[in-house]
Amino acid sequence: MDYLLRILPPLLDGAGVTLGLFVLTLALSLPLGLALALARLSRLAALRGAVSGFIWLMRGTPLMLQLLFVYYALPFVPVVGVRLPDYPSAVVAFTLNYAAYFAEILRAGIQSIDRGQYEGAKALGMSHAQTMRRIVMPQVWRISLPPLANETITLVKDTSIIYVLALNDLLRAARGIVQRDFSITPFVVAAAFYLLTTLVLTWVFQRLERHHAEHDA
Amino acid sequence: MPSMTPDAATPMVKATDVHKHFGALHVLRGVSLTVARGEVVAVLGPSGSGKSTLLRCLNHLETIERGCIEIAGKTLAHPDATGLARYPSESEARRICQHTGMVFQHFNLFPHLTVLQNLIEAPMTVRKRARAEVVPLAEALLAQVGLADKRDAWPARLSGGQKQRVAIARALAMQPDILLFDEPTSALDPELTAEVLRTMRQLAEQRMTMLVVTHEMAFAREVAHRVVFMDQGRIVEDRPAADFFAAPRHERARAFLASLA
Repeated sequence: MDYLLRILPPLLDGAGVTLGLFVLTLALSLPLGLALALARLSRLAALRGAVSGFIWLMRGTPLMLQLLFVYYALPFVPVVGVRLPDYPSAVVAFTLNYAAYFAEILRAGIQSIDRGQYEGAKALGMSHAQTMRRIVMPQVWRISLPPLANETITLVKDTSIIYVLALNDLLRAARGIVQRDFSITPFVVAAAFYLLTTLVLTWVFQRLERHHAEHDA
Repeated sequence: MPSMTPDAATPMVKATDVHKHFGALHVLRGVSLTVARGEVVAVLGPSGSGKSTLLRCLNHLETIERGCIEIAGKTLAHPDATGLARYPSESEARRICQHTGMVFQHFNLFPHLTVLQNLIEAPMTVRKRARAEVVPLAEALLAQVGLADKRDAWPARLSGGQKQRVAIARALAMQPDILLFDEPTSALDPELTAEVLRTMRQLAEQRMTMLVVTHEMAFAREVAHRVVFMDQGRIVEDRPAADFFAAPRHERARAFLASLA
């Protein structure tokens, strides 16, 4: 028990890094993903093509490679070359990667809405923007919640790869203590923390789904 | 705005020599149709004759290539120097089409909104009217279609007939000058069809202008003032309903009526 109390502060610091990256990535990649989904369905072929290419790139290469690229290689890329500190690098890489996945989920959701919904709204005089905001997107959210929940839970655990930038997230903090103390207790604590986070997320998404399922007779 | 009601002499719909293609298919081949205020017109004809397409062109769900469409005296589409149909800006077209309301075969209710919310959504977002002002109107319309008790129900909980009556009330909540019905009972059992037709009959008695694409001959015979019979993208008969049913002139119309008898 004493030991647990002793290792808890550094583990909690690590958990803070993990949770911070998770929350920032989610907050940034969801709106970006929505924008990408809408661009992917745009009437402009060039925009559609560019977004498809971006999604291919993000889903077709390992997240860890993207992370390393943003941190080490981006400074040497002409025009966009910027040197980002480690934590912002991680936020950028995770946001771009997850936005690509969210975009595909939301695109499928938008395309699943019946044409009759658009026509019903148009016949009532609603503009395209009003139709999307008031009629289509609320239904898209509901359809997309389960796959979005899936990705979100994956994100919690994916954050652990930021150790490659020597960032002290929960898992890296735990591993440090394991190597120092020859005890696996820090791993157990870390696992418990990930499980707790996932439990909370599952509960939140269940609430959201139930809230939206009300109208499904 | 539809509240600025056009005078009684202005036709609610005036379509002149309308042409429309779907790819290589020439679905409307020079259709002309006028609907006066307070008139109930039934559009009959075999499937594929262009009835629904005509209706959908009148409220801008489809665009025409040639011809002219006026709604309540305002020009939705008119030919330019080369004869091709020109439309005003999207927002202006939307404003003109607010004179029309539409009832669809598959209802197209918004499943994430309650019955009441379905009715007040467009008056609030499009007309920018206050909720407190719209709710009493919506409740009165629900009472009129006999669904006052379904005010807070979800559409998925309703029968097909109830859904269609909500859809009619929803269209009426925008206070249109003409209601377009696109096969409103084709997705319904006979029993449910009867309750929807009852509602439509009431509207006709209140002098609502209605253009109804339907296969319900009894409705066309008893409620419509005029029958328009379409075949292969053309209007081949346009006569008072009583005359049409007594003795259809056109060969296709005779065959059509015989096939239903």
